[in-house]
Amino acid sequence: MARSKNKGSQEVNAGSMADIAFLLLIFFLVTTQIATNKGLTLLLPPKQEEDEPIEIKQQERNLFKIQINSQDRLLVEDEPLDDVSQIRGMVYDFVLNFGKPSDAKKGKNKVSDNDVYASLPASMKSYIAQNLGSSESSDGPGSAIISLKADRGSSYDIFISILDELNAAYNRIYGERVGLTDEEFRKLNRNDPRQKEMYDRARNGIPKAISIAEPSTVGG
Amino acid sequence: MSKFKKKSESSQDIPTAALPDIIFMLLFFFMVTTVLRETELMVEQDIPRAEQLVKLEKKKLVTYLYVGKPKDKSFGEVELIQANDAFISIDGIVNWVNQEKSKLSEVERDQITVSLKVDDDTKMGIIVDIQTELREANARKIMYAAPTKAKDN
Repeated sequence: MARSKNKGSQEVNAGSMADIAFLLLIFFLVTTQIATNKGLTLLLPPKQEEDEPIEIKQQERNLFKIQINSQDRLLVEDEPLDDVSQIRGMVYDFVLNFGKPSDAKKGKNKVSDNDVYASLPASMKSYIAQNLGSSESSDGPGSAIISLKADRGSSYDIFISILDELNAAYNRIYGERVGLTDEEFRKLNRNDPRQKEMYDRARNGIPKAISIAEPSTVGG
Repeated sequence: MSKFKKKSESSQDIPTAALPDIIFMLLFFFMVTTVLRETELMVEQDIPRAEQLVKLEKKKLVTYLYVGKPKDKSFGEVELIQANDAFISIDGIVNWVNQEKSKLSEVERDQITVSLKVDDDTKMGIIVDIQTELREANARKIMYAAPTKAKDN
């Protein structure tokens, strides 16, 4: 009798071992953040050469001006604006204005504004025909430029929120062009040839022309 | 009949002795693969959130610049730039970019992406200065790092 009792208590009870390990596992799962490289990308203009002409005069109507002063107040197209989220729609309308689309082939893919217009889906064409096409706004997506000028004293916070809005507008245009939502467009995987083709088709002829202008030091 | 009954009775519980091993293996996997933080932050980092984020594919090409007010008040109250483990001045950026570029292989040097992690209290002045220096150093691809904004609608 005594012997059998001894025999029963010989091995350590390992039943709760799994629970302990689980606890540790869940702790690590919850606490670790796998660092993701997410953010708003931007391509800076090339270095300015001394002997080059500093500025090529742009037509006023092809420039969508956003200015931020040191009090974080906005001036969009020379009019004050309080609500940052309105910029998205304004930029969308501005880029797709097609006020005077040209046949001049631009960019490395040699696409003209009229080619771009022909490639748009019917829903966008009818929207443009009904609401846009003003001669006061941009000639076409090939020549539309967004100019963002932030004062040295303005906050990074508002700069990012505006840059976010600008990207949202462009992603919406690109997405709608190939029949996706802006979110689906953003998540296209460019390593997959089929999705890459879609990405290229969406961006073809509509450059993301966001220019961060040099701030003036006065008025801070 | 009796034979069948005996057999089914003996195989009633699943052996769970190997379960801890499996869990431990998972645990070790996570412990080994997660990198807690490569550099110790010396500046305040409260990064503004954004929606329209793009994920960068090639992690190797990304280098980080941290901008914000120093945590240690003996460095003052003005925003500073931290690269790797030290503060650098605006003038030092070109040098730093070239150092980072030399770590990459010849073909990848022009594709270097600088990820700016900027505290939301920062003024735009310093950001613009950094951008000018990055242009000078021919590191034109930049990214304003931002976490995903929680949808509030």
